Amino acid sequence: MNSLIFSTISRLLVGLMLLFSVFLLWRGHNEPGGGFIGGLVAAAGIIVYGLAEGPAMMRKLLRVNPRTLVLIGLLTAMFAGILPLLQDNAFLTGMWMFIGATATDKGLALGTPLIFDIGVYLVVVGGVAGMVIALEEEL
Amino acid sequence: MNGLLIACLLIPMITAAVSFISTNSAKLRGATSIAGSGLLLMIAIILLYQVAIGGPVSNQMGGWQAPMGITLIADTLSAILIVVTAIVALSVNIYAIGDISEERIAGGFFTFLNMLIAGVMGAFLTGDLFNLYVWFEVMLISSFALLVLGGNKVQLDGAVKYVAINLISTVLLLTAIGLLYGLTGTLNMADLSMRVPQVENQALVAVVAVLFLIAFGIKAAVFPLYFWLPASYHTLPISVTAVFAALMTKVGIYALMRTFTLIFPGEHSAIDMTLLCLGVLTMILGVFGAMTHSDIRRILAFHVIGSIGFMLLGLGLGSALAMGAAIFYMVHGILIKALLFMIAGIIGKLGGSFELSRLGGLYQERPGFSILFLLAALSLIGIPPLSGFWAKLLIIEAGLHHDAPLIITSVILVSLLTFIPLIRIWSEAFWKPKPLDVELLSAEQSSDEPLDSKTPPSVATGTEVVAPSISLPNKYAWFPVIGLSIIVLLIGFFPGNLIKLSDSAAKSLMNPSTYLDTVLPNRPSVKANANEVQQ
Repeated sequence: MNSLIFSTISRLLVGLMLLFSVFLLWRGHNEPGGGFIGGLVAAAGIIVYGLAEGPAMMRKLLRVNPRTLVLIGLLTAMFAGILPLLQDNAFLTGMWMFIGATATDKGLALGTPLIFDIGVYLVVVGGVAGMVIALEEEL
Repeated sequence: MNGLLIACLLIPMITAAVSFISTNSAKLRGATSIAGSGLLLMIAIILLYQVAIGGPVSNQMGGWQAPMGITLIADTLSAILIVVTAIVALSVNIYAIGDISEERIAGGFFTFLNMLIAGVMGAFLTGDLFNLYVWFEVMLISSFALLVLGGNKVQLDGAVKYVAINLISTVLLLTAIGLLYGLTGTLNMADLSMRVPQVENQALVAVVAVLFLIAFGIKAAVFPLYFWLPASYHTLPISVTAVFAALMTKVGIYALMRTFTLIFPGEHSAIDMTLLCLGVLTMILGVFGAMTHSDIRRILAFHVIGSIGFMLLGLGLGSALAMGAAIFYMVHGILIKALLFMIAGIIGKLGGSFELSRLGGLYQERPGFSILFLLAALSLIGIPPLSGFWAKLLIIEAGLHHDAPLIITSVILVSLLTFIPLIRIWSEAFWKPKPLDVELLSAEQSSDEPLDSKTPPSVATGTEVVAPSISLPNKYAWFPVIGLSIIVLLIGFFPGNLIKLSDSAAKSLMNPSTYLDTVLPNRPSVKANANEVQQ
């Protein structure tokens, strides 16, 4: 689609949508959101960009082959499951560390569920974007 | 703490990812995949050893205790099947190097193959009904990908049938799971096993059982719903067909065994009767279907259906003896189907076609290879002392114990009839002199339109694409063929250990108390009940 207005707006939108997707991913463990929703929002952003600029630019935006992205996501999610195994816990047990925790405040909570969610995020982005790229290139 | 169970799932998945990401070279991808499945086989054998010595091992995901968390459990049946699956995975990986085109490998062949194996492993290991559904999905999605990978028109035609029927079966399965959850409030199989008898509305339980029977029956290609299998299998590369034929239908049978011994046990005489009838019909249909075809791959596809019938008989008879026979048959069936399809692939390469009328003279060219085929074929038919003989003997023995003359007669009759299509392959492809007009025919064919994919299977003789040239099979193809032949021969000559194993697997299926104790270590209500009964 060769529309100057659309392609200018799409560039603005992509940034916003990607930012929002990271926000959704981040709050996902305790509040609505998470890797799957975040990934869908990010993929939607990439698709908007692709509609404006064409599939070749979409590939450029992703930087890696979408299939590779899916598999890296899968490995990341599995890594989140394997970490607790190393400490003799069951597979996929949630493990947390609290950075800067004080007596009253939990500080910054980082845990394996976040790693798992990042994996899901990558799988969804790669999967959805890959399908759309394949369809666009066929047309 | 037992990492072995989760390793059986993680290894194929990690292999799937690593083999694709790490390299672009087809050779290296194959090598990674082979290394992964080799490791898987080792883990599987250790697991079987552990289970055979120390009883079932289980593992709760995320540390959430049963029945809340997802259970992974390997009892003897699961462990046996895990080992056999790993053997097939390794052989197919090796075979695929020479069989699968670079284009397909670039599209991710080894990734999907390993994900398929992960799905099969998960289905065998899970102790949770919804999780079973998830693993079925993993398996199906990968198989869809394998079906259409590098697809030509015929392949898509087969794939549409396969996908449509499998989606229907998935919906039925999900409905059944939903109903069961509504009735009992749990999906952990061990927990279900204790709660289903307490449900008041037993009529609805029977409906759910029938839904499971249909859903798993479709996946196992049982009698009225078998047609997707011969419609799709012959369109695929041989490596894919081998792994589908060996594993996919058997997972359906496994799921039937598990649900009907653990969740719906006891005196369902109507369901048992249905299973027996379906078993006999499936068996007969398989062998007659095989007789009407002249494409080697279609003949073998119908034999896959036939062998499903034998396993259903074991399940339908319902005693530990019959179940043991079915498990033995399953192991034999998985190995022999993988082997026969790989051999068919080599025949196709050597002869340039899968069509019997265009083949010939293979015995003169390759006497050693012919012996391999003959051994595998005789084993499928059930000639002593090969593995198929013991499998069928055990089923007949179970039939004798149940005083079921009709079952025994049909088993013997079908075994005899199985002789015909296989001996036809032997006499046409191996003994008959090579047809003189083969070169002419194939030249003609390649200039024509490729083929008419709409021809119904019953008349689709001579419409196959002829491989343009006769080629030598890749040298890697021989390793899995010879390896599997040796395993099949060993089972045939020393069946004792496997019979013992499958008997103990069957006993623990029929009396699931150790299974329940492993998943739910403190199950107070039932133990209290048992005490009351004793008092």
